[in-house]
Amino acid sequence: MLIRPPNDIAPSEITPRSLFDRRREFLRLSTGVALASLLPAAQAKLGPGRASAYSISETPTPLKHVTGYNNYYEFGTDKEDPARTAHSLRVRPWTLSIEGLVKQPKTLGIEDILKLAPVEERIYRLRCVEGWSMVIPWLGFPVATLLKQVEPLGGAKYVEFVTAVQPETMPGVRSRVLDWPYVEGLRLDEAMHPLAIIAVGLYGDVLPNQNGAPLRLVVPWKYGFKSGKSIVKIRFTDKEPRTAWMKAAPQEYGFYSNVNPEVDHPRWSQARERRIGEFSKRQTLMFNGYAEQVSQLYTGMDLRKQF
Amino acid sequence: MNPALIKPPLFLACLMPLAYYAWGAQADTLGANPIEAVTRGLGTWALNFLLITLSVTPLRKYSGWAWLGRLRRMLGLFVFFYATLHLTTYLWFDQFFDWQAIAKDILKRPFITVGMITFALLVPLAATSNAFAIRKLGGRRWQELHRSVYLIGLLAVLHYSWMVKADVSKPLLYASLLGVLLGLRVWWRVQERNRQLAGAYLPKPRGRIIPLAVRK
Repeated sequence: MLIRPPNDIAPSEITPRSLFDRRREFLRLSTGVALASLLPAAQAKLGPGRASAYSISETPTPLKHVTGYNNYYEFGTDKEDPARTAHSLRVRPWTLSIEGLVKQPKTLGIEDILKLAPVEERIYRLRCVEGWSMVIPWLGFPVATLLKQVEPLGGAKYVEFVTAVQPETMPGVRSRVLDWPYVEGLRLDEAMHPLAIIAVGLYGDVLPNQNGAPLRLVVPWKYGFKSGKSIVKIRFTDKEPRTAWMKAAPQEYGFYSNVNPEVDHPRWSQARERRIGEFSKRQTLMFNGYAEQVSQLYTGMDLRKQF
Repeated sequence: MNPALIKPPLFLACLMPLAYYAWGAQADTLGANPIEAVTRGLGTWALNFLLITLSVTPLRKYSGWAWLGRLRRMLGLFVFFYATLHLTTYLWFDQFFDWQAIAKDILKRPFITVGMITFALLVPLAATSNAFAIRKLGGRRWQELHRSVYLIGLLAVLHYSWMVKADVSKPLLYASLLGVLLGLRVWWRVQERNRQLAGAYLPKPRGRIIPLAVRK
């Protein structure tokens, strides 16, 4: 009996020997990947994180408020909207590109980013420009860790943070409330400051979508809107980035937006704030209480003009 | 329909928003920032009642239910009621009666300036919402005074839209509803004038004001 080799199979479709020999390993790996993808955000608890000397000792705001009262306009302009709608955000796969005035631009996958540095717990105050504040136990690592992945060119003075736009998961980007994508920026020395972190979690767990998963900037001495959520791109520039809020209302929002009880916002006095969960108001602290660490960044500047 | 039968249940219905916020504050169901929720909610309800009050005349006109006009005073007073509560939450829970900070706020922040003017304009209307005042002022002067409610409506919507940070969709909704209600008045006036010009009226003493409101 003559056995003809079938001639309708292209050689490219034939599994290479090296892989064929590893087929059991391949099965094992793919099952692992499939199982992992069933877990929310593809990972379990982030763990407590290493304690940090930068943490404050004030009582953290209850988790339900931290995750239930958010300004994340891509998911709606009411503060209760993001908690309701942000579950749809696709956080995997996630890549971050670091580009602009750098020698070699880089694109990093979230898995690699999470391996860059051990996660620390940073208990920080968060002061919103609207006059309320929280205390949040973030998990993250310094922004500097990310920035050091590339070599900036001499002219690089600022860093721009560009955040995700997913029209199919973000009901808010259909309206033109802000110019999407939401862009924020820092001076390079601000971004390199050890207090500035990239948060990947809070309260010992993976960052909830409504708080800016999977990568969120946290700059505790500035008003909350400076801390961009769900970051996809970091760009080194020589010019001051035009941020989303500066485009929306330049007379109300400046580039620096440092927390400053003496410089009022046209709509709100910034002298006091309501800590979420408290009845009476607190005095707002200069640089949100981080003056000792950050005020040297602004020596010689008129903070009233460069607000 | 006898307004005397409608008024008591309507009065209770008008208190429902207050009950909602009072209950919510007790049961802690108003979210992370209950004081803000109460302040804004009461302001929104003052505006809601303003639009409801302004709807009475068109509804009465088009439905022919004259008794609706008898509910207008109560609804109008609820505008003042909620506006007073709204102002009180601001003075109390936002500023804790720090009069210096309040004065600064009124001078520096346009949306607060407008809010205060709006409230100030409501006071004489509330104060003259009684038969004695109508008699004292005379129907015509009373009516002229109460036409400031149109200005109040415009200022209230302005106050709302200037308070909002970026998303003006809700203030715009209120603005368009108010636009319809005020537009109707303009439309009636034009119609009335046309009718007069067409000689539909018998000659009357000069200077007679075109009646816009119910005359009983």
